[in-house]
Amino acid sequence: MKLWLEKQRYLIDFTLESLARRKARNLGLLGVYTVLVFVLASVALYTHALRQEAANVLAASPEVILQRLVAGRHDLIPPGYIEKVGRIRGVQKKEGRLWGYYYDAVVKANYTFMVPNDGSVAKGEIVVGPALERSRGLAAGNGISFRSYSGKLHTFIVASVLPQASEIVSADLLLMHEDDFRAFFDYPAGHYTDIALTVANPQEVRNVATKLAAALPDSRPILRDEVLRTYASIFDWREGIVLALLSAAILAFGILAWEKASGLSAEEKREIGILKAIGWETGDIIKMKFWEGLLISLTAFLAGFVAAYVHVFYAGAGLFEPVLKGWAVLYPEFRLTPHVDGLQVATLFFFTVFPYAAAVLVPIWKAAITDPDAVMRG
Amino acid sequence: MSPTTVRPSTLALTLLAAAAAAFAATLLDAAIPRAQREAELNETRALVARLGLTDLALFTEARYTRHPTQADLHSAFQDHPLAFEHFPTGSLLLPPRHETVAREAALPD
Repeated sequence: MKLWLEKQRYLIDFTLESLARRKARNLGLLGVYTVLVFVLASVALYTHALRQEAANVLAASPEVILQRLVAGRHDLIPPGYIEKVGRIRGVQKKEGRLWGYYYDAVVKANYTFMVPNDGSVAKGEIVVGPALERSRGLAAGNGISFRSYSGKLHTFIVASVLPQASEIVSADLLLMHEDDFRAFFDYPAGHYTDIALTVANPQEVRNVATKLAAALPDSRPILRDEVLRTYASIFDWREGIVLALLSAAILAFGILAWEKASGLSAEEKREIGILKAIGWETGDIIKMKFWEGLLISLTAFLAGFVAAYVHVFYAGAGLFEPVLKGWAVLYPEFRLTPHVDGLQVATLFFFTVFPYAAAVLVPIWKAAITDPDAVMRG
Repeated sequence: MSPTTVRPSTLALTLLAAAAAAFAATLLDAAIPRAQREAELNETRALVARLGLTDLALFTEARYTRHPTQADLHSAFQDHPLAFEHFPTGSLLLPPRHETVAREAALPD
């Protein structure tokens, strides 16, 4: 065993000396490889953690949201509609929700105005989300005016700011009293944006939704399950801009690996020829090259993954920010809870380390089984 | 090779061991429960329950990116079927997975 280990160490020594002879090329390769793993791992870690966060947080969202559709578009819930819902068995609680969007021309941002049903906001006051606080430079006790769609100016006093920890769901929220909301948007009395339903028995949710759809044909029930599924599939990392940007990097690396796989440089061939001529066995040469592939790909994988972990969970995934921000002016600042999916890491390992190791081994095996004289002559 | 020089294999294997240790540390870091994070998560969950929130405030530029789960059924093709997406977010987000409850129920007996 000790002898075997010592032999491997000598092989590694030799491999490293050989790599050092082509320092620039091999360091460049290691650099590109590490960056590729870093970007792929960053995307995988970020999307996985975000999905986990969404599943954890949105588990508390209403069981059923009932919208009313008119000509395929979301419309207001008219008076008397909520009462019809109440007659469906299984529905424990029903609440009309009031919410809508407001475009603030001052900072060119969209806000979500909402009325909390627990009456926690007094008339004339508002509670704002952390991103809104930042963008308008607000603090508790400040006054702020918004011009409503009817042209009237409405002034509110900021009662408080929502906790920064909840920014992922509350960045652009602005909570206000029901009367203020109706006055601001000229919302017709007795109308609501949609209805939130609480269903006593979780097994009954689907039945309730079916009954709702039958009793109120113009309604569209949105189940919590559906909300969770939408977020489970959000940022499918095989799709979208991130992958489009990545495809160039993947392609470049593919070319690099192909170049390596499709043939050896004259210098490398000569080296193999000399090694065989001085008595190296084919197995030794393959072992040496195996170490070369493993050292480069393992170093790149480990360094790339660790850097991606730090980037996503400790540096706020700063590199993705411009991509994820899109055209939004308000963007939540949030820290993701570290989550690592074992299968994802294994997949990443398999698709980054193995192809390279194989790409290195195949041409070497071909060269190593040919006659040393022929190899040296090229 | 003089006895004082470090063998390349020693150097490489040490570096590799350090990288492997850092990798293991990330896995351990992800597995450790965090009391503070848990408290923050509970606070957020309580807010979601209190206000009846349905979506993450990740993309605030359009109504169907701010609330993808509440967007109407045609928001992905609101202009015409081959229209380019107005907002960059449209290329990141998948179209919402709509339930068929309403349509199933609407089928004639």
